[in-house]
Amino acid sequence: MGDFATLEDLTREQPRMGFFTDTSVCIGCKACEVACKEWNLVPEDGLVWTGESYDNTSTLGANTWRHVAFIEQRKPVRMDDGDDGLRWLMSSDVCKHCTHAACLDVCPTGALFRTEFGTVVVQEDICNGCGYCIPACPFGVLDRREIEGDGRAWKCTLCYDRLKGGHEPACAKACPTDSIQFGELDELRERADKRLEKLQGEGWNGAQLYGRDPDDGVGGFGAFFLLLDEPEVYGLPPDPVVTTKNLPGMWAACGMACVALAAGVAWAVRGRSE
Amino acid sequence: MTESVTRRGTEMRSYYGRPVLKEPVWKAEIPWYLFAGGLGGASSLLSFLARKRGNEELANVSLAVAFAADVASPIILVSDLGRPERFLNMLRVFKVTSPMSVGSWVLAASTALKTAGLGAHLLGRDQTRNALGGLSALFGLPLATYTGVLLGDTAVPVWHEARKELPFLFGAGAAASAGAAGALLTKPAHAAPARRLAISSALLEAGLKKVMERKLGFVGEVYEQDEAGRYGKLSRGLSLGGAAMLALTGRTRIGAVLGSSLVLAGSAAMRWSVFKAGFQSARDPRYTVEPQRAGAP
Repeated sequence: MGDFATLEDLTREQPRMGFFTDTSVCIGCKACEVACKEWNLVPEDGLVWTGESYDNTSTLGANTWRHVAFIEQRKPVRMDDGDDGLRWLMSSDVCKHCTHAACLDVCPTGALFRTEFGTVVVQEDICNGCGYCIPACPFGVLDRREIEGDGRAWKCTLCYDRLKGGHEPACAKACPTDSIQFGELDELRERADKRLEKLQGEGWNGAQLYGRDPDDGVGGFGAFFLLLDEPEVYGLPPDPVVTTKNLPGMWAACGMACVALAAGVAWAVRGRSE
Repeated sequence: MTESVTRRGTEMRSYYGRPVLKEPVWKAEIPWYLFAGGLGGASSLLSFLARKRGNEELANVSLAVAFAADVASPIILVSDLGRPERFLNMLRVFKVTSPMSVGSWVLAASTALKTAGLGAHLLGRDQTRNALGGLSALFGLPLATYTGVLLGDTAVPVWHEARKELPFLFGAGAAASAGAAGALLTKPAHAAPARRLAISSALLEAGLKKVMERKLGFVGEVYEQDEAGRYGKLSRGLSLGGAAMLALTGRTRIGAVLGSSLVLAGSAAMRWSVFKAGFQSARDPRYTVEPQRAGAP
């Protein structure tokens, strides 16, 4: 649909803010998960043991806005380590705050909106729980909170309230290794490019940036990542596209279907009545 | 355990087989709304055009059907909301980027027009009724087809990749159900247009669904599986059987009742098949990851 998000208008004076999550220094402490839950009063949603390495959170959702993935692999950490390497990948996932955000586009109430920081936030006093944003998100970030009859869609706000007060988001504040870095998106992108160059120079296996490119299917992420394996291994889509990119064609098809329907009914009533 | 987790981590092409997408949270109300919205939209068109051709009997039946479907639709939709008391927030903004927003306005306008039209009919204001009927038929067209865009405009592969076919499929289903409802409730002597519409649209509906499934290729295989597959087979059988019965015995009362009921049920089952396919498609990460890796448009 082109640039309907008017992101540039919003971020002219206040630069666009975001996260760079450098998973190469993540130690899987889950301080981000805890800090997020504490600050944002995100309710407890069950305690289970999955047997999937150290991950018992499993996925982002209405009640999990930071999720640390754990992947154990018989793969070398560096390319020259030989075949019998062993590595443990950890990565803190979060809402991507897309440049072209499908959730925001399809929200029928205007509950989802673009903040002055360029982030995407659900207004909890507007959302009526229609659920449209949930299958629209190409990352499966949003979900409906079913605790105590809440019924609304929830996701990471990039700590909108903290940003308003001049503080960094709770997860970034709590991260002990600076795996989660908060800042101006332009600056984060430069920093990420340098970091990738360094890791590739050192021969790290699989190092790649994910969501850094402003020309990808969602116009780049406001919260992007440095990964050490393919995105799908972390449960992320390798080449996501904002669904509304194809909406003009869908409305055109709908218009043609309307014409066909009118023609069909007109044909049916033309003949005899008996 | 440790070794198996490590082997899994080394080989996996998804995160422990977990979905990339979230399944929709929509419940049984939504496929029924897809049916009711189509029935209401196409019936208002049938009513308007039948009256133009002087078939008052069919026009009145279809007006009543359209009214009933258009009154039921918002009730069904509100009950599916996570916060039903906030249903009016749907009319807080108008967004062309949100098919649900567009649909909410179309449905609101359509229901209001139909209520006014039925009122005019009961008061004997025929000219007002006909004018409202024309407007109502105009809104009925998008009402019967926009639901294809509603599902297409998501990240769910089996819906998004069928985005160009879904409005036509739902339009055909809408026409089939409107024709069948007309044939069911109108005396056979006045119901020939409704029968023609029901028979041709039911055949088209079954054919378009097959075409859509074929064109989807790999992601379309969910239509062969589980609930989407069962509803799909059921829908095809009901639609084709109903069309045959209407064609052969539709001029008799009993034949019209049976054939129309089958076509109506087939059209409802088609919506259920498409609805369930979306859940199955979102649930399996292969349908999200593999087309993206293959560079699907």
